[in-house]
Amino acid sequence: MTVEGIGARVARKEDKRFITGKGRYVDDMAVPGMKHAAFVRSPHAHARIGSINAEAAKGMPGVIAVLTGGEMAADGIGNLICGWMIHSKDGSPMNMGAWPALASETVRFVGQAVAVVIADTKGQARDAADAVEVAWEELPAVSDVTSALAEGAPQIHPEAAGNLIYDWEIGSKPEVDAAFQGAAHVCRIELTNNRLVPNAMEPRAALAQYDAADDHFTLWTTSQNPHTARLVLSAFYNVAPEHKLRVIAPDVGGGFGSKIYIYPEEIVCLWASKKTGEPVKWTGDRSEAFLTDAHGRDHVTVAEMAFDANNKILGFKIDTIANFGAYMSLFSSAVPTYLYATLLSGQYDIPLIHCNVRAVYTTTAPVDAYRGAGRPEATYVVERMMETAARELGVSPAELRRTNFIREFPHQTPVIMMYDAGDYDASLNAALAASDYDGFGARKAEAERRGKLRGIGISCYIEACGIAPSKAVGSLGAGVGLWESAEVRVNPVGTIEVLTGSHSHGQGHETTFAQLVASRLGVPLDNISIVHGDTDKVQFGMGTYGSRSGAVGMSAISKAIDKVEAKAKKLAAHLLEASEGDIEIADGEVRVAGTDKKLGWHEVCLAAYTAHNLPDGMEPGLKEGAFYDPTNFTFPAGAYVCEVEIDPDTGHTDIVSFVAADDFGRIINPLIVEGQVHGGIAQGIGQALLEGCVYDEGGQLITATFNDYAMPRAHDLPSFNVSTTETICPSNPLGIKGCGEAGAIGSPPAVMNAITDAIGNNDLSMPATPEKVWRALRAAGGGMREAAE
Amino acid sequence: MYPLSYRRASSVDEARRLFQEASDAAYLAGGHTLLPTMKQRLAVHDVLVDLTRIEAMRGISVSGDTLTIGGGMTHAEVSESSEVKGAISSLAAMVGSIGDAQVRHRGTIGGSIANNDPAADYPSAALALAATIKTDSREIAADDFFTALYETALEEGEIVTGVSFRIPETAGYAKFRNPASRYPMAGVFVAKHKDGSVRVGVTGAGMEGAFRWHEAEEALAGNFSGEALAGISLDPGMMMGDIHGSPEYRANLVAVMAGRALANLGSAEAII
Amino acid sequence: MVTVTMTVNGRQVSKEVEDRRLLVDFLREDLGLTGTHVGCDTSQCGACVVHLDGKAVKSCTVLAAQADGGSVKTIEGLANGADLHPLQAAFKEHHGLQCGFCTPGMIMSGVDLIERHPDGLDEKTVRVELEGNICRCTGYHNIVKAILAAAEEMRGGMRQAAE
Repeated sequence: MTVEGIGARVARKEDKRFITGKGRYVDDMAVPGMKHAAFVRSPHAHARIGSINAEAAKGMPGVIAVLTGGEMAADGIGNLICGWMIHSKDGSPMNMGAWPALASETVRFVGQAVAVVIADTKGQARDAADAVEVAWEELPAVSDVTSALAEGAPQIHPEAAGNLIYDWEIGSKPEVDAAFQGAAHVCRIELTNNRLVPNAMEPRAALAQYDAADDHFTLWTTSQNPHTARLVLSAFYNVAPEHKLRVIAPDVGGGFGSKIYIYPEEIVCLWASKKTGEPVKWTGDRSEAFLTDAHGRDHVTVAEMAFDANNKILGFKIDTIANFGAYMSLFSSAVPTYLYATLLSGQYDIPLIHCNVRAVYTTTAPVDAYRGAGRPEATYVVERMMETAARELGVSPAELRRTNFIREFPHQTPVIMMYDAGDYDASLNAALAASDYDGFGARKAEAERRGKLRGIGISCYIEACGIAPSKAVGSLGAGVGLWESAEVRVNPVGTIEVLTGSHSHGQGHETTFAQLVASRLGVPLDNISIVHGDTDKVQFGMGTYGSRSGAVGMSAISKAIDKVEAKAKKLAAHLLEASEGDIEIADGEVRVAGTDKKLGWHEVCLAAYTAHNLPDGMEPGLKEGAFYDPTNFTFPAGAYVCEVEIDPDTGHTDIVSFVAADDFGRIINPLIVEGQVHGGIAQGIGQALLEGCVYDEGGQLITATFNDYAMPRAHDLPSFNVSTTETICPSNPLGIKGCGEAGAIGSPPAVMNAITDAIGNNDLSMPATPEKVWRALRAAGGGMREAAE
Repeated sequence: MYPLSYRRASSVDEARRLFQEASDAAYLAGGHTLLPTMKQRLAVHDVLVDLTRIEAMRGISVSGDTLTIGGGMTHAEVSESSEVKGAISSLAAMVGSIGDAQVRHRGTIGGSIANNDPAADYPSAALALAATIKTDSREIAADDFFTALYETALEEGEIVTGVSFRIPETAGYAKFRNPASRYPMAGVFVAKHKDGSVRVGVTGAGMEGAFRWHEAEEALAGNFSGEALAGISLDPGMMMGDIHGSPEYRANLVAVMAGRALANLGSAEAII
Repeated sequence: MVTVTMTVNGRQVSKEVEDRRLLVDFLREDLGLTGTHVGCDTSQCGACVVHLDGKAVKSCTVLAAQADGGSVKTIEGLANGADLHPLQAAFKEHHGLQCGFCTPGMIMSGVDLIERHPDGLDEKTVRVELEGNICRCTGYHNIVKAILAAAEEMRGGMRQAAE
């Protein structure tokens, strides 16, 4: 490990611009003549659009145009797509309803856009949007999956009878049923995985500029994957041809999945910029984010697990209904299937699993991947089950887990995944030690003396990252390959630019990716620049989500470095009259091993560009590109222990300690990895304690601002105790597993296991608000008096 | 925000005049309720009359058993004031728990009292501390001032220029915050006055806004401690309910917070 | 329209703006000081925090006209030339930021809270005082660490200056 290389705790290179206010986010961009867009949105969850009267709005000050869905359709702009085909168990393809960027006939969720006003200022656009008159014919709404599947429920899309998108399964139900026949014990739980609003702090924004002279478009947008945006905008939405569209995702203020998707506003801004001949900018406000960003989670699940007399798991049955909202968002279909059911084996050796998933339309905002995407939902089912079963079986929760841990690798689960490496005992032991699990009894007794209830909960999670082997996901229905690309450009003076298809929106790639280069080529971090987020600079890339940028994005860079290194060695060998195999690159030098013969790194680079003395057949220059397609998913795993203290009078939960022991494989920068875990845990605790997206029966969003949607504040959280254990991932050249989502995946069941332990009532749903805890405590006959007796 | 005209008043009289000249004016003090509402286009006013530069509405003074705070004083100024801390430390602590630091730098006592948000902290203290609301034209007892949700005894255009609190023998405040908005879901200010009377002001929970909990006052008059509240409960039918707390839960919280306030006399406790 | 004149980061500016212009829009759009951000519309997230007359305020909830005659300091004016403010440096050193969007408001609030607690800070106080700033990336862990570290350093600096 060098000071700045792999494994070094380096402060981030990119920080200076953010801490001095020089970050450049989309809303910070301005181009000459820029106009502003404001959307006319549906106040109804479900309604037919009778007519749209924009006459008054068109006459208002500063208004340039009022555009509607009819005009969009006439211009041939395509509907939004879902990029992953799922087939129901009867073999039929998923039932997808049409989603136009501007609705012209029917709206299906509150906030859906039906028209856009383009005006000189933001205020004028908003004023005029309010003056657009829409004649609505209200239709019945349905907000929850149970109601949506009920007989006689309002029909949301003509394409999906009974609002059912698909009825999918994995595993053999008869085989699992048979395994249950011989069970010594069956544990059954019913769970709700609450709907969440991602709430990246930067609201979505888009700035589109059409250059008529060159017939060329530029789009600055809040995207986690600008190349995918360009592909989809071109190939499916017909807004602009791919070679005439430049998509730039500059500094992006958090994503958590919500900025993967290409939203109606981006399509509309691009289209409107050509239609009006003016650059058009839209910046969402927080209310629009609540109404229209893709939400996350929202599952209802019944699960049963069968155990033999030795507490070994015999089989696992899961039945899940997933709320997709009003439209199928870009990745939505994959989330409760291949990102969920394939992780239901957890860290355990489970011979048989059957999972059935029904995906359902409701008149709510679309639901798609949010930090963890399917894997938090799976972990919640598995880890609430393990804790509950341990209580029913009368064994310690740690012991039941150890009894069933997978200990031999590779391990083929019954749900597709082949775990390549892990040591689940190591992370559990580390977490138990760090949390002083054995000392809990004394702390509980001490809390009781103060009138408080203490509980402790464990969660042992696994996730699949490094998304994903293209051939494998292609066979499962993905519309794209999930490789990554990179280009390493060495300049004549030896400085380096790395162009990557990954996109950093908080992950610190400008630092970690440079650390990889520094380690391999011996160049100081200051001499390395990471370039990303611009389709004119980077040839192609799949972007950043699913904790893939280390395992996949950096592996692509590593492959490109291999090629640079090989060429530099070949050239140096030629210049130094040595054998290629004897050349080593380190510390800014290119040396012949075991001799004092050497050249400066910059001298070799310059020689490559002067090309005065190259080996026969070598091309000038030093620039190499690579595509890396993973051979397998990666499997980060870990153990979390949460300890809570509950005020029985109010039901308020205080998280007194939170311990995380994660195995992320090789770590490039521990400072950044810890930060990722902290943030993930905060979101997981948010899900468990605070955050719940609520629609009323009429489809109105009740939690439409931070006044009603409880975001975790500093005071809601403790300082976290995070550490890592390490098993190197054998499936990629760097041994990296990924760390971005672990915290959000592993923490909710740990919190809920701790609270239910404290109150002695397992019947508690997320978010465990003070009132819910207070009621669960009373239902359990609880309260301090009983607890003390 | 819809278009509007901004007018700055340098005196109370000028403020009145500017208000009356407009067709649908509003006074702007800290603005932390008004401006967010207007930004979301939930309220429209053609004119905003800024009261924050009126010198006559500033100042804090103690005279005998009365603490008087100018209507334009910010929460930060009140909570940090040595006069307030010395006279009614629990009031200073309560004000120091309103909203967040940035809100306290802008929000004013006059604005809070005049707005009568059912989840604002100040009304509970005003009731418990037998406050007198001073306006540009009269004085109104707190008991008569808070009439309904967001409704007060103020006439159209009347300005809260100051608030006088009766300095108690001892007092305390405790609140349980809404985890999202962080306004109190139940805030209880208890005060034992020098004449032996007890007043209990409750905010955040009542269906009609802040109210005095008379039954608790009677029980505490004989025994000013949490024990005296055993067996006393509030009718959930009088409580607000929303996704964060049902009426039954709020009724429980009020009782619990009353107990906490009594256990923290001279101070203020905020849970969440 | 109304003419507003104020000192922003030490320089006097004067502009004619709509009466409804918010201070944050005035800073971002009229002065090009885009370091101050807007993350919500209910005065809760704190991405827009600046110092107005020496106090941390949410610039999304102040009209530009209200700040007339005042003095505003934004994140762009915090460093002393090339020398970062100790809290800016601490945010970098302790990895107190990820996406950077809440960071300017967080730092401006942090400076304010350090200055309001000259006798020092503990973790609980910092967490309570950060009530008005929401971060979605860091879980606050390293933000709290950075503020405590900077507070300690600034106190040390003040002690030295006093000696």
